[in-house]
This record gives sequence, C-alpha cells and structure tokens, in this order.
Amino acid sequence: MQKINLKELIIKKAKENLAAGDFTARELAEAYLKSIEEKNKDINAYLEVFDDVLVQADRADRKIKEGGAGALLGIPFAVKDNILIKGKIASAASKILSNYRATYDATVVKKLKESGAIFLGRTNMDEFAMGGSTENSAYGVTKNSHDTSRVAGGSSGGSAAAVAMDGALAALGSDTGGSVRQPASFCGVVGLKPTYGAISRFGLMSMGSSLDQIGPIAKTVEDAEIIFKAISGYDALDSTSFPEKMRESIRNPKKVIGVPYEFIEHGGIDKEVLQNFKTSIEKLKTNGYEIKDISLPHLKYSLAVYYIVMPAEVSTNLARYDGVRYGVEVKGENLLDTYNKTRGLGFGKEARRRIMLGTYVLSSGYYDAYYNKATSVRALLREDFKKAFAGVDAIATPTAPTPAFKIGEKTNDPMAMYLADIFTVPVNLVGVPAISVPSGRTKNGNLPLGLQLIAPWWGESTLFKIGRMFEA
Amino acid sequence: MNLDNIEKLAKLSRIELSEEEKKSFLNDFKSILDYIGQIKEVITEEPPKEVGVLHNVMREDKIDENQLSSKEEILNNVPDRSGDYIKVQQIF
Repeated sequence: MQKINLKELIIKKAKENLAAGDFTARELAEAYLKSIEEKNKDINAYLEVFDDVLVQADRADRKIKEGGAGALLGIPFAVKDNILIKGKIASAASKILSNYRATYDATVVKKLKESGAIFLGRTNMDEFAMGGSTENSAYGVTKNSHDTSRVAGGSSGGSAAAVAMDGALAALGSDTGGSVRQPASFCGVVGLKPTYGAISRFGLMSMGSSLDQIGPIAKTVEDAEIIFKAISGYDALDSTSFPEKMRESIRNPKKVIGVPYEFIEHGGIDKEVLQNFKTSIEKLKTNGYEIKDISLPHLKYSLAVYYIVMPAEVSTNLARYDGVRYGVEVKGENLLDTYNKTRGLGFGKEARRRIMLGTYVLSSGYYDAYYNKATSVRALLREDFKKAFAGVDAIATPTAPTPAFKIGEKTNDPMAMYLADIFTVPVNLVGVPAISVPSGRTKNGNLPLGLQLIAPWWGESTLFKIGRMFEA
Repeated sequence: MNLDNIEKLAKLSRIELSEEEKKSFLNDFKSILDYIGQIKEVITEEPPKEVGVLHNVMREDKIDENQLSSKEEILNNVPDRSGDYIKVQQIF
C-alpha cells in the first residue's frame, strides 16, 4: 500500500486509487480515523466517530472487488448532527436530543449509502443549526484548524472543520441562512447551498422550513458537484421537493456577472475582505467575464426579513420537542411544568431566544407588522433577483463580511453574530443556489476567505462552471 | 417591550427562564426588534398567499411498507413508557 496523502486527495483521485488497488477502502478509512484521532481533540469537529466505520469500509471493498459501481464507493463522509442515520444518535448538538436515536435514514443518507459512501461520524454544529460560529453547541465550540483561537463558522462548523483538517474527504451540512457557505469560507473549503427543493430534506431536522436546504462541503468544486449529483432529485417523502420536470433553469450564456457594489461596500465589511473580493473580480474579468454593477433595491432589508421569517418558522418547528415522545424529559409538578422545565433546560440560549422571538412576531397584534410585512418584502426581493438574472449569469459577493472571528468575540451580542450572515441570507430567502469557493487568505493572520457565486433557480451547473474556472 | 412581555412570551413558548435570563433577553430583544423594525419603511403590497412555488402537494393515504420503523425502535426513544404506551402526567 502506498502512503495515502490525505491533503492532496479529492474524490476522483480516491476513486481511481481504490479501483487500481493502490489502497483499499479500509486503508483509506483507517487513514481518516487516525487523522481524526490526532486532530479532533484540538478542533472538536466530531461529536461522535462511529464504531462501524471499518465494517462499512469492508463492505465497500467487497463491492470494489466485484467491480461494483457507485459514484461515492468507499468515500469517507462526515455528517452534520441534524441529519438522521438509522440506528445512530442525532442530537442537533442539543441537550434536549442528547439520547435520541434515529429510527430511519434521511433520504440523503439513503442515497449516499446507495452510492457506496462511508460514514465516519456525526459533526458538531450550532444547536438546531442556529448560529454562525458553532459556539451555540451544547458540546463545546468547534475550532478553526487554520487558527485554533478562532471559530470554524457555523452552523455546519463541524462539517467544514472536519474536511479542512483532513478528518473526512467530504461532508454534509445544512444551510438555512448561510450555514454551509459561511463555515466553508472560514475553513477554506467549498460549500454549496442548492436551489430550494433540489435535495430532499426528509430526515433533516426542520429549522426554517421555507429556507432549509442540505448541501455538500468538499475540497473542490468538482467534489461538490459529484456529491450534489448523488444526493439531489425528487423525493415523494418531502413535500417541498421539486418534481424533475419543474427544474428548469434560465439559460443565459452571456458571460456576465453582476455585483451589487453599493450593498457590499455599505459598512460592516472588513477591509481585507473587500480587497480580496476586488482581486476575485479581476480574476473573473481575466477569464473573460464582463462585470456589471447591479442594483437589488430590497437587498438591504434581507437580514431584517430573515430574522422575522426564520424565528417564526423555528418557533413552530421546535414546538415538537416537549420531552414526551423522544429526547430528554425534565419532570415538573404537572405536565405544563414539565414542558416548561424540559424546554427551559433542554434548549440552549440561542434556541430559546429564537423560539421566543418567533412567538412574538407571530403573536396577535404583531403578526401584520412583522410576519406579513416580512413576507411581502421577501416577495419584492425575489422580484429584484428575477430582474437581475435577466441580465447576468450569476451574482458575486464575498461569502462573509469578515474572516473567521475570535472565539467568544460575538457571543454576548446576538445582533453582531447575525450580521455575519448578511451576504448569505438573501439567497435562502429567494431560494436560489449559491456556492462558496476559497478566494485566498488574509495578509493579517493567513485566514481563508471565500467568494460567493449566486445563480438563478436550478442554475447549479453555472455555479460549478464558474467555480471550477475560479479555483483553477 | 418590557419584562412582562418577556414573561408572557416565555409562557406562550413553554420555556422556563431564570430572572437573570429574563433581563438579558429583554436587552437582546430590544436591539433585535430595533433592527428588524427597519422593514416598516418599505412600501409593500398584500403579502403573497403562498411562500413557495409548489402548492397542493398530495399523496395517497396508504402505508409505504418500505418506510416502516419498528415499534420497538420508536418506543425506545420515549422518555417515560409503560409497555407499549407513552406515559404522560395527569392532564385533568
């Protein structure tokens, strides 16, 4: 067996090596397990490393020997802790589900299993995917492998950190307002948020149902594309899944990329991030793309709309965690008291904050001023994007306004934390696909930065095309 | 927004809060509501009736044998059970 160079490994190469017998799926899985053992104690990317990894790897080896196909045969994955794998704990990094064992496979997990993927373990996250730093996990923060005094981002921080530290070849995350793209940017890897309805959410714990999408985190755009193809598709078990015939993209091969300069330059953005973004734009120009300054009049209201719509959906979705049918129960004097104690102690601070905020914007007397108004502004934002995409193939922004920030820097100021999502939330509000591609490092601290590319609905292929060119 | 509002929301949300947390939530809510309140300046029409593009997504009301989890696996997750029953505290 040749020594496996995990740093250089990508899916295509791993598959070639496995097919040629350069190493076995077992040896590959062992190399990752060893890497996790060395690094996870410092990074805390994994909440659990599964005890059946080598059993899965042996199964993949038998299939490889038999000449079996499978787009991801023998490829080791990390899975975010809010995606169900039958028989495994899925806690959403919450105390309230600390003992919950999944009774079925999420559709994405079923599809990955059919493709031959191996599950190494479940990754840390902000509790119920609420946060931008993984600091809201009930099981400790995930650190950034590029600088362990900094966060890995969030909410899929564990998945991004696992890939960045060579603790998995690829990972699954979920993205409600940037939770795949922002940690990917902070950790120097690729993260894709597909079109709303592209990938089945059956078996993903619901957070904001009009926003949530599962997405791949990988080392290259090509790897993200391979995973996207393996897990996307219509699923009758998810009523928000789009039938194949409705998945039509606007064809607009003009080689024009739109940039909402006014919005990007409007306060809050780190100087180095802005400089790096300008360099990225020059690179797109060098590759033959025309850059067009575009205006999306309602873009500046995105974050406000998001922090109404999302908590509203959170407050309804998290009503199911009551300590009766599953999870942890904290007994009180009567049933009502049990609910109050179970939810008061079981949910962390940010989860409780958002449930209560959602309850507020949906309550009688405030519903019109907040929820209805936000829904109307959301419709206007969608129109803004529709109009913009009539003249451009894609829209470019930085993925996040800053590089990875220091652990603890924003934990006492929720509004400052929410602003970390300023460039990513509009994408979820309108349901279009977007990808974060590494765009270089800061001069001050050598921290990774990311370029976000946004395509029209069902325009993932445009993202892959521009993304591959950009990372070359 | 005041402490009474916070207590009412906590009650509606079925969440027990400590006195200290009530104060810190009040503080957070003030700055968040101040920020999200900026949407009031946008001139809008009636909100759309549906958020998504898909509507009336239906399926046959029949059991899919491939999707069955075992009773035991499901009941194993119940915090308080008695045989095949889920136990809850007295309601009336």
